[in-house]
Amino acid sequence: MIELYVLLVAMLAAAIVAIEVKDLLAAAVAMGIVGFSVAIAFILVQAPDLAIVQIVVEILAVVFFAAVLLRTTHRDSTVSRRITPVMVFPSVVFGFFVVLFGVIVAIALRELPAFGSPAMRVAGEYLAIGMEQTGAANLVASVILDFRAYDTLGEAVVLFTAVVGVLTVVRQLGRKEDKGREE
Amino acid sequence: MRGMSLIVQTVARLVAGMLFLFGCYIVLHGHLTPGGGFAGGVLIAAAYILVSLAFGSVENVEQHRYTFSSVFESMGGLGFVLLGLMGYVAGLDFLNNLWADYGTPLRLVSGGIIPLANVAISMKVGAGLFGIFLALGASRFVMKD
Amino acid sequence: MVPFLACIVLFLFGLYAVLLKRNIIKIIIGFSIMEYAVNLFFAFAGFKREALAPIITDVGMVRNFVDPLPQALVLTSIVIALATTALMLALAMRIYEKYKTFDIAEIRRLKG
Repeated sequence: MIELYVLLVAMLAAAIVAIEVKDLLAAAVAMGIVGFSVAIAFILVQAPDLAIVQIVVEILAVVFFAAVLLRTTHRDSTVSRRITPVMVFPSVVFGFFVVLFGVIVAIALRELPAFGSPAMRVAGEYLAIGMEQTGAANLVASVILDFRAYDTLGEAVVLFTAVVGVLTVVRQLGRKEDKGREE
Repeated sequence: MRGMSLIVQTVARLVAGMLFLFGCYIVLHGHLTPGGGFAGGVLIAAAYILVSLAFGSVENVEQHRYTFSSVFESMGGLGFVLLGLMGYVAGLDFLNNLWADYGTPLRLVSGGIIPLANVAISMKVGAGLFGIFLALGASRFVMKD
Repeated sequence: MVPFLACIVLFLFGLYAVLLKRNIIKIIIGFSIMEYAVNLFFAFAGFKREALAPIITDVGMVRNFVDPLPQALVLTSIVIALATTALMLALAMRIYEKYKTFDIAEIRRLKG
């Protein structure tokens, strides 16, 4: 499992770069590094379905970021500024939240099964009767499209809503009168 | 949006068809091998996005692509809901896996409605993401500066 | 236990970006990083040592597989994450068009 730990360190370093770098295109590329590391980690924990989806989705995410940044600006003018009084209150709240979160995580990790030996109370049934009941050899497919197909239906609705939202926000139809009234 | 150089166009011409076919393969074998409707749909969208980026487009073509993507996304969503409603027609639950024992396991013809639902989801995901790309990157929605 | 802790640290990095960064694109990147952390946590929670990916290749094979349920949940969540990221990017593009800046403090000052 040493390769997984190396990958996790690379992921955390790329996340710091993505958050702190001054050029926004570089930040988007560093976010891509995090995403591809996640894809390799999915392969290492035996989840090839997730790895395929994550790789392709990550490519498209970087393309979307590049499409937006090339049409607007890719310089982050807020990085080098000194700390202003406005930022004090959010910082205190964030520090408080991190402490609280740490306590809850410490409690929760004690309850969680150790890494590498899951409980598998529901999944044992899926593994035992999955192929006989659904006829699909890929058990992940049999879970998302047979045992838990309502999840997939909900996902389709959320995706549809997001696409309609993007088109509504971006398109220019019906905004002309708005501009005329302002000017 | 503008097209790219001759090298990019040549490579895109070679690769885009294979990318589309690979997406179709992943969708159709989603119940046997890793992959499925989500991965295949995103790959198909990536093939269309590659062609759009490499060859560019004028406003008229973009209008057509936009209509095409919205029609296909609606078809995918409707197809999935109709597959679910067929359970009612058969007198069972919504999204019941009909014909689950038709065909032999580990062959392409197996899995009941799972391959069909994969196809519907791939149409929905692919067309939806291609529509998002058109909205974010195309000249029809050009910003004034 | 170490992989779970790494996921939680990654989640806190994303939360830091969302709460304390003033650039809208950085906030969106923070949301993406939080999504990666949660997806990875789910995949780690279902991992079983010395087990195979949950794909049956032979009818009579021993079914020593990792947990397929978290993988199925994450599979839908990844695509939703991309769609919501695109929605946030579209909103950011509109905001830039109106205010000519990504800085949320500037936007608050320029409002009205």
